[in-house]
Amino acid sequence: MRDVAIVAFAQTDHLRRTDDLSEVEMLMPVLHRVLDATGLRTSDIGFTCSGSSDYLAGRAFSFTMALDGVGAHPPISESHVEMDGAWALYEAWVKIQTGEADTALVYAYGKSSPGQVRDVLTRQLDPYYTAPLWPDSVALAALQAQALIDAGDTDEAALAAVAARSRRDASDNPHAQLSGAVPAGERLVGPLRTGDCPPVGDGAAAVILAAGDTARALCARPAWIRGIDHRIEAHGLGVRELTDSPSARLAAERAGAFERPVDTAELHAPFTSQEVVLRKALGLGDGVRINPSGGALAANPVMAAGLIRLGEAAARIHRGESDRALAHATSGPCLQQNLVAVLEGESAHA
Amino acid sequence: MPDVLSAPLVVEFPFTRSLGPVQSAFLTGLRERTVLGVRTGDGKVLVPPVEYDPVTAEEIRDLVEVAPTGTVTTWAWNPRPRRAQPLDTPFAWVLVRLDGADTALLHVLDAPGPDAVRTGMRVRIRWAESRTGAITDIACFEPHEGAPGVSSPHDGVFADPVTGIVTPARLDYTYSPGRAQSAYLEALAGHRVVGERCPSCRKVYVPPRGACPTCGVATSEQVEVGPRGTVTTFCVVNIKAKNLDIEVPYVYAHIALDGADLALHARIGGIPYDQVRMGLRVEPVWAEGSRHPDHYRPTGEPDADYDTYKELV
Repeated sequence: MRDVAIVAFAQTDHLRRTDDLSEVEMLMPVLHRVLDATGLRTSDIGFTCSGSSDYLAGRAFSFTMALDGVGAHPPISESHVEMDGAWALYEAWVKIQTGEADTALVYAYGKSSPGQVRDVLTRQLDPYYTAPLWPDSVALAALQAQALIDAGDTDEAALAAVAARSRRDASDNPHAQLSGAVPAGERLVGPLRTGDCPPVGDGAAAVILAAGDTARALCARPAWIRGIDHRIEAHGLGVRELTDSPSARLAAERAGAFERPVDTAELHAPFTSQEVVLRKALGLGDGVRINPSGGALAANPVMAAGLIRLGEAAARIHRGESDRALAHATSGPCLQQNLVAVLEGESAHA
Repeated sequence: MPDVLSAPLVVEFPFTRSLGPVQSAFLTGLRERTVLGVRTGDGKVLVPPVEYDPVTAEEIRDLVEVAPTGTVTTWAWNPRPRRAQPLDTPFAWVLVRLDGADTALLHVLDAPGPDAVRTGMRVRIRWAESRTGAITDIACFEPHEGAPGVSSPHDGVFADPVTGIVTPARLDYTYSPGRAQSAYLEALAGHRVVGERCPSCRKVYVPPRGACPTCGVATSEQVEVGPRGTVTTFCVVNIKAKNLDIEVPYVYAHIALDGADLALHARIGGIPYDQVRMGLRVEPVWAEGSRHPDHYRPTGEPDADYDTYKELV
């Protein structure tokens, strides 16, 4: 296996609306920021991979338009995943493992403001038995939250505390959409209140991956990807055990997360109840700093929020605030798909 | 900078899907007020049924009937139903394990309020009056105090089985084209065509999208191009598109507007289709009240020299 690291990370300010910007206009500043941070030009990048979904903004083939931002002519080596950019990062990591590239640019973006994201996400559900009922993303998360409450794994006060901690931490994150004292709010779909749910907004993120000595040359303290894996569970909600996340646990195990304790975990938990599930599934104790960025409860640009967890964990390592961090991304209803990466700074590896 | 434009945008499509043997039996069953599950290799009954065992991935077809009564395994109170959800009054989303099944079905429960719902409560199916072979043939669940419903063995064979479903999907958006394209559209309203010049390679892109696809840098310098241009390549359209009021055959062409480094495409009119050629000089014809040129027509100038547009073909 080649040593591969995240060497740069950038994200937009996450905003409720960005009507004045097209997707590529929103994306371009973050692309330039990661390139500037490494001194690379687009023509130096070995592989480019992106994550997004046309359904968010209602634009067909929008990822091809976004390619204008990376200088796709003359032709580059490029790919796209119709899901969170964390999976684009996984593909880029695989590409570097094959030896066909030494560097990769990974980006993701989501504009939720043009549509109704709760309705839009129903279109990813099983089209025969589930999607015709239009169960929105908050409703499905609420079913999981009630199951957790019934199982005695949490209660409404504990969920509110997760929201409060996330948004307090987000006060130190200049990019966050929501921070500080956010009221618990009304019940959106009970038992979840507005405060248990992520803000709806627009945003983008980008990272640069590099292998071995290239990474060392581009970054003072690269965030080495020691392991990365992703797993999926049955699409039928009634088949799954909603109070647990066996796919997250298995991905973490295969990524080597349980070999040594981590000091930081960036969890992609758009709903407070999902943090409860993930903490349990990943065996994260009180000593682990969870979501110092504020997490997806502070900013949830759909399709980029998972990549941002990887980026935030890496940035903490870059700054020397973490030696070994777990980064998690999810996709699909009720934590259906989960990706886990373990990132380390050089000194921790030695 | 002009105001950024926005407009309503509806994306709508009747997704038409064929059903496999198991889904066909299940949805036909609903039409006939019969709920079928499928038995897995280790004896579990899955409702709704799937075609492959989620544990072993083996194909499974052993259909069994389950009761129309069941138990709520988890729920969520929805105080404000959204468009197209099964009930338009406040309701509970529920996962229901039907009697005889080992897994739960997602649907909705008609109840007066959240205090009337709890995990473990007993419910039964309320059938839709008009049933077509779809999950919505179950109108909803309702509280049920009585004995479990009965089910009898069933082979899953029906007369006139449902073999496909049509699920309409509609999403509503407010589309904003962003800064560069808004400026382009605003200029078109004044019958002007503007591109943007790349600060790095100096090429002029039209329509502008705010980025140079070669250099990957932002563009912002507006440049008026055209209105005249040169046909760089074209095709003859012989099939009439639905709802299009244009006689075939007609010509659709790539046109390099004067001053632009990218060709845009438009219909050519005012000349017989078989006389259109590469190098033909054309100009826009604006329709009354329209933001876009209706078509381009010959200017009468001599044809452009191939060398002047060969980079744009």
